[in-house]
Amino acid sequence: MIAATQENIGMLLALYNRMVMIRAFEESAIELFAKGLITGSTHPCIGQEAIPVGACSALEPDDLVLATYRGHGAAIAKGADPRYLMAELLTRTTGCCKGRGGSMHLCDKEKGFLGTNAIVAAHIPIAGGVALSCKLRKTRQVVLCFFGDGASCEGEFFETLNMSALWKVPLVFICENNGYAISVPTSASQATPDIADRARGFGIPAVSIDGNDVLEVRARTSAAVAHARQGYGPFMIECKTVRWERHSAFSAGRYENPEEAQRWKKVDPIPRFAQRLLEMGATVEQLNTEEVVARAAIQQAVEFAMDSPLPEPESVYEGIFAKPGT
Amino acid sequence: MAVMTMREAINQAIREEMQRQPELVLLGQDIGAYGGTFGVYRGLFEEFGPERVRDGPLCESATVGFGLGLAISGMRAVVELEFMDFVTLAMDQIVNQAAKMHYFLGGQVTVPLVIRTPIVSRMGMGPQHSQSLEAWFMHVPGLKIAIPSNAFDAKGLMKTALREQNPVLFIENVKLYGTKTEVPEEEYFIPFGQARILRPGKDVTLVAISGTVPEALAAAEQLERDGISVEVIDPRSLSPFDTAMLVGSLQRTGRMVITHDAYRTCGVAAEISQRMMEEAFDYLNAPITRVTGLDVPIPSGHLHVTVVPDQNRIASAIRGLMS
Ligand SMILES: Cc1ncc(C[n+]2csc(CCOP(=O)(O)OP(=O)(O)O)c2C)c(N)n1
Ligand SMILES: [Mg+2]
Repeated sequence: MIAATQENIGMLLALYNRMVMIRAFEESAIELFAKGLITGSTHPCIGQEAIPVGACSALEPDDLVLATYRGHGAAIAKGADPRYLMAELLTRTTGCCKGRGGSMHLCDKEKGFLGTNAIVAAHIPIAGGVALSCKLRKTRQVVLCFFGDGASCEGEFFETLNMSALWKVPLVFICENNGYAISVPTSASQATPDIADRARGFGIPAVSIDGNDVLEVRARTSAAVAHARQGYGPFMIECKTVRWERHSAFSAGRYENPEEAQRWKKVDPIPRFAQRLLEMGATVEQLNTEEVVARAAIQQAVEFAMDSPLPEPESVYEGIFAKPGT
Repeated sequence: MAVMTMREAINQAIREEMQRQPELVLLGQDIGAYGGTFGVYRGLFEEFGPERVRDGPLCESATVGFGLGLAISGMRAVVELEFMDFVTLAMDQIVNQAAKMHYFLGGQVTVPLVIRTPIVSRMGMGPQHSQSLEAWFMHVPGLKIAIPSNAFDAKGLMKTALREQNPVLFIENVKLYGTKTEVPEEEYFIPFGQARILRPGKDVTLVAISGTVPEALAAAEQLERDGISVEVIDPRSLSPFDTAMLVGSLQRTGRMVITHDAYRTCGVAAEISQRMMEEAFDYLNAPITRVTGLDVPIPSGHLHVTVVPDQNRIASAIRGLMS
């Protein structure tokens, strides 16, 4: 467990900042969607912020991350600039993917964020291949792959468990078990209570943890990353969490159960972490400052996105193929 | 010039590029010491070892996914799918991932990935091991498709595929693996999107793809004896597609027959025919005719010969057009 020293209070406040930033980003996304400014859909990760922030804080800057359409938080946690992310949600030319990808396809290669994917589980073998590349090129990089409880039922997940264990690639599976795949609760989709068991079946060490405790996620991921970096192969961390929002801003279904709503409030990772920070010696002023700074960054991101141009219709054919020499 | 089989030509192209590009890795099943299901990789495992010639588990989808992951992170991969019929298991990785990733990530990644797969249409292996499914992929933006019919073209196209920064579906044909042509000693590349006139003629343009090419050439020979001059063209790649060469030929001959082993409905011939209508309608002296695989599950054993076009079916279609 992390001791509260002066040096690491700064680092811990930075984690808090990122969590608030993600919350604010997602709240803005929902608002912009409601105003009709985000087309298609958008999948907030509200209530799950501790997972990307804790996990990515255990990485070196050149380590690599792949995530899902619910991966805005992972992109921010890996260091992507929220202005270019927000511009992408609004499909502006200044977006990280030039307005081609939208909410479900974010990427910042410079920061080692190799993209979010809109096909459930399809990015898992791709992450395996990236990890194999790191191993073959002996770069010592580790790859983190985020995915949901729903994804853990797809064949590609099992195929990748097998292949990544067989080839001992430096891959850390981070399952965000938020209890639902759209409307299907895990009780109706999972044959066993712990998804981590699946990894163990392939000889991959795995743990199931409280995904709403950012320091727990950070500590467990650090150990998993060290394991992978030392050449021992993949590791899996199942982070149990809850999805607060509807599946997507577009979804018809709602969660009206007031008991569930109360449960969510109790486990909200942000006030929970704030409480921990206060116990560890941070001040209320420090927390407030982080909150203000993080929210201001997102406000600026929204303004930047809104001020950016939409792509011209004739540009639609651009970029289907890479040009020679790229 | 050396004379070699199409199997050897593909092998040689891959060997040369593996020597040149240390980042090039082969993935697939039975590709190790076994040398690939149809022997295309013979000797590569011995030369490059298990790190780069990676025999792997049966999981077509993840194998393509791993190949894609290698491709977007500084390496280059060739994935072999043992029969073209098995593309169904890797469809998402090919169609939703490899084909679109450069585009939807705003150009931040490139995808130097080659997926090799053979059509096995003429061996009577039954409904799940005989299909020619190239039209599915021609339908999808973002993929390049090579489909050579002889050793010379196969080598030049494979060399191009292995220098590409985009996903390439490289479609071979088991029936053609053993056929021989001359192959230059010196290095050469055949660009995608350039068709080839295999036999010049002036009465009718016969477009033939993959396994139908030898049948088309035999039909042209037959018809020559009857005084009908047939120009045989092999498109060699489907995406990009050399519409211009076909239009030029049609302008000279005024007639076109298109033949492929693939199913008739929504086959590549339908697309080619429509392009000719759009660009050369005024030159047509007769309707464009298709000689294709029949719209049936391809039966095992003897009956399969009824399904795929042979030289007689092609020749009689052309005679019908000329009369
Ligand atoms: C292959 C595939 N099937 C179905 C869908 C539609 N879909 C999108 S998200 C989703 C639920 C996935 O749930 P989970 O993996 O638990 O992730 P979560 O949304 O809870 O983060 C489904 C079914 C899809 N995008 N891809
Ligand atoms: Mg879920």
